[in-house]
Amino acid sequence: MNKVQMRSRDKETRVNNFSEVNLGYNKEEAQKEANRCLNCQNPRCVKGCPIGIKIPKFIEAIKNDDINLAYEIIREDNLFPGICGRVCPQEKQCESMCIKGFKGDAISIGSLERYVSDEAIKNNIKIDNKKKSNGKTVAIVGSGPSGLACASILQSEGFSVTIYESLHKAGGVLTYGIPEFRLPKKIVDKEIEALVDLGVKFVFNAPIGLSFSITELKSKYDAVYLATGAGLPRFMGIKNECANGVFSANEVLTRINLMGAYNRESKTPVYEAKRVVVVGCGNVAIDAARSLRRMGASVSIVYRRSELEAPARKEEIKHAKEEGIEFLYLTNPKEIIVENNEVVGMEVSLMELIDDGTERRSVKEIQNAIKKIDCDMVVMALGTMPNSLILNDSNIKTDTYGLILVDDTKTNIDRVYAGGDAVTGAATVILAYEAGKKAALKIIDDISI
Amino acid sequence: MLAKNIYLLEVEAPLIVTKALPGQFVIVMASSSSERIPLTIYECDKKNNVVSLVYQVVGASTLELTTVENDLYSIVGPLGKPSILVSNIDEYKDKKVLFVAGGVGIAPVMATLNYMSSRGVLCDLIYGAKSSDLLILEDKIKKSVNNYKIVTDDGTKGIKGNVVDAMERLEDYDVCLTVGPVIMMKYVSLKTKEIGLKTIVSMNPIMVDGTGMCGACRLVVDGKVLFACVDGPEFDGHKVDFDLAMERMNIYKTFEGRKYLEAIEGNTHHGGCGECNHE
Repeated sequence: MNKVQMRSRDKETRVNNFSEVNLGYNKEEAQKEANRCLNCQNPRCVKGCPIGIKIPKFIEAIKNDDINLAYEIIREDNLFPGICGRVCPQEKQCESMCIKGFKGDAISIGSLERYVSDEAIKNNIKIDNKKKSNGKTVAIVGSGPSGLACASILQSEGFSVTIYESLHKAGGVLTYGIPEFRLPKKIVDKEIEALVDLGVKFVFNAPIGLSFSITELKSKYDAVYLATGAGLPRFMGIKNECANGVFSANEVLTRINLMGAYNRESKTPVYEAKRVVVVGCGNVAIDAARSLRRMGASVSIVYRRSELEAPARKEEIKHAKEEGIEFLYLTNPKEIIVENNEVVGMEVSLMELIDDGTERRSVKEIQNAIKKIDCDMVVMALGTMPNSLILNDSNIKTDTYGLILVDDTKTNIDRVYAGGDAVTGAATVILAYEAGKKAALKIIDDISI
Repeated sequence: MLAKNIYLLEVEAPLIVTKALPGQFVIVMASSSSERIPLTIYECDKKNNVVSLVYQVVGASTLELTTVENDLYSIVGPLGKPSILVSNIDEYKDKKVLFVAGGVGIAPVMATLNYMSSRGVLCDLIYGAKSSDLLILEDKIKKSVNNYKIVTDDGTKGIKGNVVDAMERLEDYDVCLTVGPVIMMKYVSLKTKEIGLKTIVSMNPIMVDGTGMCGACRLVVDGKVLFACVDGPEFDGHKVDFDLAMERMNIYKTFEGRKYLEAIEGNTHHGGCGECNHE
């Protein structure tokens, strides 16, 4: 039996707006999909989940139509099922381990997780699993997935947690990066609201390294967790990259998501372009491409490797193709062509894959295979680096890339912990989440008594 | 209001006041749907926790700022590095500094000038504006600067011409700091380059977050791409690619113009021109 496909918005009309593309399961669909689960004795899916959600257990609860119980089971390990159900690369994690997947379709665990969260929000289910205050305080720097995860665990365990955020809104990449049509902001807001209900405090507009130093935070709190992510955009260093019409994906997404530029009420502009080239093929690249498509542009993605190596979730690539986004694989930008300092095109070189025995095949340029692409906007989505600003006056040790060095989530400074993209470099929401969880457990171990 | 279209904005912001130094900036939002507007700090009143900013209405977003009655939606800072002069105060203790300000650039210039002169640095000032009715902070200038020149484009006050016309005896100075329109900073830097007078400029490009995240504010300095928000806002004026910086200021000109007309004239600018898709 095949999996129950999640319904999605019609591809013709969805490119005209930012409404969520995936529509989620209804009860009938969820139960049908849940009933495919074998409830394995030795559930491999749980091992595939970075935060070890008790997957077969919550699926059993869906089978019995007990949403309260399903929600409770998920919340034991994950306070953000609405977010994770939507943005985790399940096909590389839990679902990749599912025994059903060996012969046919794996169980759609992500879709079921999302179903539970949607129902819980709809029915206003609240679960209070907070313990008595232990009198200890923790400062968390950054309100992205890693910081939120760490906060949720510590606050539940009785710590008093304050999150410092440099922007005017919470959520980090969930808010400024991932677009509305993939992760509605009301879901992010709801799950952050649940943290506030738990007692977590937020301080906005507080860029650590400028308004406070880590040393100052340390003097005020029993522990500090740095979940500052990797926010600095990378550029290629090719000719004319500072021309008008060349942007980082971060800028485009921040304008559209955080500043709400897709909404006419917003005062923040987005560059008006007819023909966009997005460079890169990670989730950020696809998010930027699909966002600009919705702003009315025709969009091509240029990626130097092939679809097999693309880091983006498979579903995003599929959705992007349905929306008319063109994928130019094995194509590498050489220079940006400008007239009067405005982008008019891009010169690219065609590439070929080299089978060098490594899992992620490398590429090399095909000689004299140069092509010109007409475009009036270029978006660089080449990954991001950590922001060194945060570490001002802190003596925190980093490697040569600026990544914070940790030993089991501990930095070289006593009582200061770090995790997520700031330690690993740009990765996924769920890996940042896992790191936040790990640091929380370490902090509990170290300073509870 | 300090002059036509020029406003003083005072915000209670204890977090910013305790840490801010001259040359740094803040980003303000009038409401939740507003743009983030970067403004260089004018004064910090540590006693009352008030940070003062001077801005000029140039578009819909700055116009909206004038309508805020009680609290701003948000203010974040201090952002960027302090003035190069402030950070290297020991080096400039017994030196002579020429400050060149244009338009509302006078506000941040006065912040650094006061910091330096209160530490014994000799400070002269050239201050230019389009016309005498656009000159601001004159009382404060009179009080704290011994040797200053006012320049107006139309000659309604002081020297007629532009600030470069008033730049004389440059060999008397050890360093020059200039803040104002990019085109002015470009010509000030060209002038000082003639005799090799070290010149610092404060760049104010388009920004979004102000913490290095978006890259909107990138500049080319000495052939290298730098971010004004975290690497600056001050740079060596003899190394900045001003022409590129000016081009980059125009990225959203059309959009901003439309929003501004909408803000001051209402629902008037879409009647069949075929260019906009407003319903």
